[in-house]
Amino acid sequence: MKQILFAVAVLTMGLTISQSYHLQLLTFIGIHTILALGLNMLMGYAGQISLGHAAFYGLGAYATGILTAHWGWSPWAALPVALAGTFVVAFLVALPMLKLSGYYLGMGTLGFGMIAFIVFREWSSLTGGDSGLVGIPSLTVGTFSVSSGKPYFFLVWGCVLLAFIACERLVDSRVGRALRAIHDSEKAAAAMGIDTSRLKIWVFVFSAVLAGLAGFLYAHLVTFISPNSFGFLVSIRIVTMVVIGGMASIWGSLLGAAVLTILPDWLHVFTDYEMVVYGLILMAIMIFVPQGLTRGILDTYERSRRKAFTTPDPSQS
Amino acid sequence: MTVSMGKTLHESNTCERASMLRIRNLKCYYGRIRAINGVSLSVRPGELIALIGANGAGKSTLLQTISGLLQNWEGEILFQKEPLKGLRPPGIVERGISLVPEGRMLFPPMTVLDNLKLGAYRRYRRREHTAIEEDLEEVLQLFPVLREREKQQAGTLSGGEQQMLAIGRALMAKPRLLLLDEPSMGLAPFLVRLILDVLVQLKEQGMTILLVEQNARAALQIADRGYVLENGKMVLEGNGCDLLADQDVKRAYLGKDYREFCEGRS
Repeated sequence: MKQILFAVAVLTMGLTISQSYHLQLLTFIGIHTILALGLNMLMGYAGQISLGHAAFYGLGAYATGILTAHWGWSPWAALPVALAGTFVVAFLVALPMLKLSGYYLGMGTLGFGMIAFIVFREWSSLTGGDSGLVGIPSLTVGTFSVSSGKPYFFLVWGCVLLAFIACERLVDSRVGRALRAIHDSEKAAAAMGIDTSRLKIWVFVFSAVLAGLAGFLYAHLVTFISPNSFGFLVSIRIVTMVVIGGMASIWGSLLGAAVLTILPDWLHVFTDYEMVVYGLILMAIMIFVPQGLTRGILDTYERSRRKAFTTPDPSQS
Repeated sequence: MTVSMGKTLHESNTCERASMLRIRNLKCYYGRIRAINGVSLSVRPGELIALIGANGAGKSTLLQTISGLLQNWEGEILFQKEPLKGLRPPGIVERGISLVPEGRMLFPPMTVLDNLKLGAYRRYRRREHTAIEEDLEEVLQLFPVLREREKQQAGTLSGGEQQMLAIGRALMAKPRLLLLDEPSMGLAPFLVRLILDVLVQLKEQGMTILLVEQNARAALQIADRGYVLENGKMVLEGNGCDLLADQDVKRAYLGKDYREFCEGRS
């Protein structure tokens, strides 16, 4: 039901909005939503932090970029390879890494993110180094070009919808319960017979593959990628999206991604003070709605409803 | 529920049967520190065994070792004649051993229902959905208060309710052997009675139970047999009522007012 409403909303937005600037912004929100959604499964539900998620975003982008721009592959052939590559790397990273937890896991994934960034920058024969990788082709279906604007909007939001459905089904299943159990107490989860280490590895891989998908979509949208789009700050930004939107909330990922994509754009009016205002807004959100915007909005709604309900009836007093 | 009932049951039908759980010369380590030093114990099908001892005697260590949460041990643990060495918790739950951990270890932000369903995690993997629904109904009948609070977060329950949930959650795994680690901890006396009554009820339905308790008197009263653990060693074993009457046990675990207590009860 929720998914149908969501699909209808996406459809109406896509059909009514015609300004290419707005469509572009919405497309970016979609890509960021996929990123945030993946990390939310890992961080919000399973309680495992990753400060290096931009690495998988970059991996997806560079994999398809290299395959298509250098070796002339069709993007559609590059997609499964990019996703499979992200899958394998994420699995190999997860094996040793998810034995860690808390700050140590944070540090470990941070280190991995840095290594990935350095590889993107220094392996210039393949990645183009600091000056970036140019000439990534736009997507086409037959003779129809899905380069930007409406077609790309629908492609990205179609992917968002699929990711939403996948995550929602996962969360409501026994696996989703197990992930939340691991978040609460790994030992108690193990006592229930949950294979905690295996499940942690799989949710890490799942979230990495979603990031890889986001990277693929990003690369073919902008057709030019450089290491800075996948650095440490981007990893932090994805974490911020999850936290601001609401941990363990699927809709929170959408909200967080939207806020963190739109805000910097609107804050241009503050010119030199842009980043200061941006920082202040993030601080304010964390101070006043530490549970994230989704929970905050729902709580406010509940409270106002309860208030309306308990307001004494003047006729009875 | 009284001492005498435990005794008759024990005498009538448990002596001849083979052990369900058999532990021989178990040594457990935390790093290089030996927490359990050569413990042997056996639990026969349908028995309720009490394991008593002071703080730090190694009782919880023993239960955590059986359930696979601690892996650093030597010796032999046989469950239904099959060695448990090398098995991790999922495999142990799969074989029918379920632990009610010390301090309950519920999942506080999750609902009562989700907590119960998590107990059946392995069975959901095996797609036993209808059987799980039936068992859920049974657990909710055993603890009607949980039905009222089905949608409530587990963290908002009272201490007694939380303990009931912890036991209910363990039962959802449909265990053959139920391990309980200090279920009476932090509960008011009447709640302790209530929880122990439930254990007796479960035993009457055929459940095999290994109960670890600091509340030695209450545990021995309902137990068929008891073991006394001290500094990682088994120092005494015997019928529940024999241990209750044992001078050393009385002095160490029951306090001197034990006799008045017993007379008051009978």
